[in-house]
Amino acid sequence: MAVISYIDAITMAMREEMRRDPNVFVLGEDVGVRGGVFRTTAGLIEEFGEQRVVDTPLAESAIVGVGIGAAAYGMRPIAEIQFADFIMPAVNQIVSEAAKMRYRSNNDWNCPITIRAPFGGGVHGGLYHSQSVEAMFTNVPGLKVVVPATPYDAKGLLKAAVRDDDPVLFFEHKRCYRLIKGEVPETDYTVPIGKAEVKREGTDITVISYGLTLHFALQAAEKLAQEGISAHILDLRTLYPLDKEAIVEAAAKTGKVLIVHEDNKEGGVGGEVAAIIAEHCLFDLDAPIRRLCGPDVPAMPYSPTLEKQFILNPDQVLQAMRELAHF
Amino acid sequence: MATKVLMPQLGESVTEGTISKWLVKVGDVVQKYDALAEVATDKVNAEVPSTVAGKVTEIVVPEGETVSVGTLILYIEEAGSAAAEPSADTVIRQESGMASGQHEQTAASAAAKQRFSPAVLRLAQEHNIDLTLITGTGAGGRITRKDVQQVIEQGGQKSTAQTAPAPRNSPAVYEEPSVKAPAISTPTPSIPKPSQGDLVIPVTPLRKTIAARMTQSKQEIPHAWTMVEVDVTNLVKLRNRWKTKVKEQEGINLTFLPFFIKAVVEALKEYPMMNSTWQGEQIVVRKDVNISIAVATEDALFVPVIKNADQKSVFGIAKAVEELAAKTRAGKLTLDDMSGGTFTVNNTGSFGSVLSVPIINPPQAAILSVEAIVKRPVVIEDMIAIRSMVNLCLSLDHRILDGLVCGRFLQSVKQKLENIGPDTPIY
Repeated sequence: MAVISYIDAITMAMREEMRRDPNVFVLGEDVGVRGGVFRTTAGLIEEFGEQRVVDTPLAESAIVGVGIGAAAYGMRPIAEIQFADFIMPAVNQIVSEAAKMRYRSNNDWNCPITIRAPFGGGVHGGLYHSQSVEAMFTNVPGLKVVVPATPYDAKGLLKAAVRDDDPVLFFEHKRCYRLIKGEVPETDYTVPIGKAEVKREGTDITVISYGLTLHFALQAAEKLAQEGISAHILDLRTLYPLDKEAIVEAAAKTGKVLIVHEDNKEGGVGGEVAAIIAEHCLFDLDAPIRRLCGPDVPAMPYSPTLEKQFILNPDQVLQAMRELAHF
Repeated sequence: MATKVLMPQLGESVTEGTISKWLVKVGDVVQKYDALAEVATDKVNAEVPSTVAGKVTEIVVPEGETVSVGTLILYIEEAGSAAAEPSADTVIRQESGMASGQHEQTAASAAAKQRFSPAVLRLAQEHNIDLTLITGTGAGGRITRKDVQQVIEQGGQKSTAQTAPAPRNSPAVYEEPSVKAPAISTPTPSIPKPSQGDLVIPVTPLRKTIAARMTQSKQEIPHAWTMVEVDVTNLVKLRNRWKTKVKEQEGINLTFLPFFIKAVVEALKEYPMMNSTWQGEQIVVRKDVNISIAVATEDALFVPVIKNADQKSVFGIAKAVEELAAKTRAGKLTLDDMSGGTFTVNNTGSFGSVLSVPIINPPQAAILSVEAIVKRPVVIEDMIAIRSMVNLCLSLDHRILDGLVCGRFLQSVKQKLENIGPDTPIY
């Protein structure tokens, strides 16, 4: 099995799906000739031609809108939003059209679109290239919101998203693109949407996370193991709908829960996770549920010093985990 | 007094540093921020600045030695320190805020020991575990879920009776609801599983304490029991005469109980052995006469104490009873209200009971229950009269007390009650 990067796993998934199903096509800004600003779609236009790898104008509402129309027509579009920060002009299309199509047409129509968007900070991107926008979409029934953390999950989840008969928002942490590498089978496989996964078994504390910060937790768990602290780590993978069963099981396992995400704390996905735990397993809890998240300020600052202050780092995660273990 | 200088934190992930060169020697006078030493870490080479102005008195870590962050490296005698600094042993901390953080922790730790997480409470209830017997390993001595799970894995707590701490704040008096047939040696019946419609009530910590204390008392103390009946016709008259007046003038409901307590206290003075404690190798006769009284709430029984009851009049006792009862019902009893009792008087008559076998409230030697006052035909000098009669029941620790002293004690109580006349003072 080859060890490849997170971004290559995403490219591999798109290539495999396009080869498998002629209805699958890619559209977005600079996805064709340029191969994407992050090079995610590199090589696709050469293999599949400009009919299936479509360079669009700088108009996100059009990218998603065209995708929805094509999806209604039976196609399987993969719409790329260059940065998740730019998704705002397309929100109306996503929330009011894509998410509601099946419901308002009483099952006559559905909308099998996949919308990919790189999100997250730590790459010196400033205000408009660093945001985490997932929480805006995690209370919209009709949507599925997916955030893979590993190359294996990235490929499997993206393929599952393409094959899903309903709209899927696929958020890729841009810091993971080249930082995270892992084994990815070249075979055709999918990872089920809506299922969280235990990435590490442990008995002292439970950490629930997704995206880049999951890796911080995994690294911290290694170090804490030397101190005799055993961390149980759950990767949410799908943020909407949440895998409630897995969350409750993981929380009950140790009774001490730390939720970590890069997104702002208030109104973030962590609040919903905490509520699920409080509703279902209060009597297994041994400590107040804790959240370690980004600060509630408008956006990632451009200044490197302030960016560093804003974004979570492995030491903070380690510290929070240790504190909870000692509680 | 010398100020300690510690190895500073020279970078986020730096955990240790090597003193590559000392820039000062013992006896040198340094200013604040003067470089004291060169330090090499795996990230940076830096100088350690002095945190105070003063004279170097001792260098603790020699050149070339690697020590972890926070290690004491040298002492500086601060200029004018004796007068200026009230705290002699000032530790200079590299991380600001650390000191105050620790303060909060100390304050929180006392509370941590008594606060249980939902998981800990549930496990303790499900497995009958007395949390007061567990030493917590969490922050500030908090009992963690793991601590309880460990106890369960080791087979739970064997017998709380043997290891239970000295009784302190717990209720103790309890009446057996019915007399059970003596146990024949049969195998322990299996506990029936609750079937549909059964109400399963988790045992509260308070109920658990009551249970532990009752079991302890019954298992450790050889109880003996005796009873006298007393003619309280005159007492009833006296009390009825005062009742309204006391209510109007003092705002207190004058019940019969204070009269009984008064008689008991006087008799205790005559028979001090009744007011004693068994302590294995010795018996301690208590000088103070503090009367525990049982006060029931809906779901528990509390035993507050009338302190120095021997120094109180009937009215004084009445007032104390009323105050304690009010406090109990309001849930405002303090530990002090419930401790120090030397003898218990239990007013079972208030439920209409005419006979009870009370359980002794350890470490006391005896307990007396006052049953209901009932009118009965009684033979007096070959004539039948209608009299107000009451039964006084006494359970006694037979290790300390024998029938003789108890009989005399009860006779004394009886005499005092029967000798009450219309002019007996209550103030």
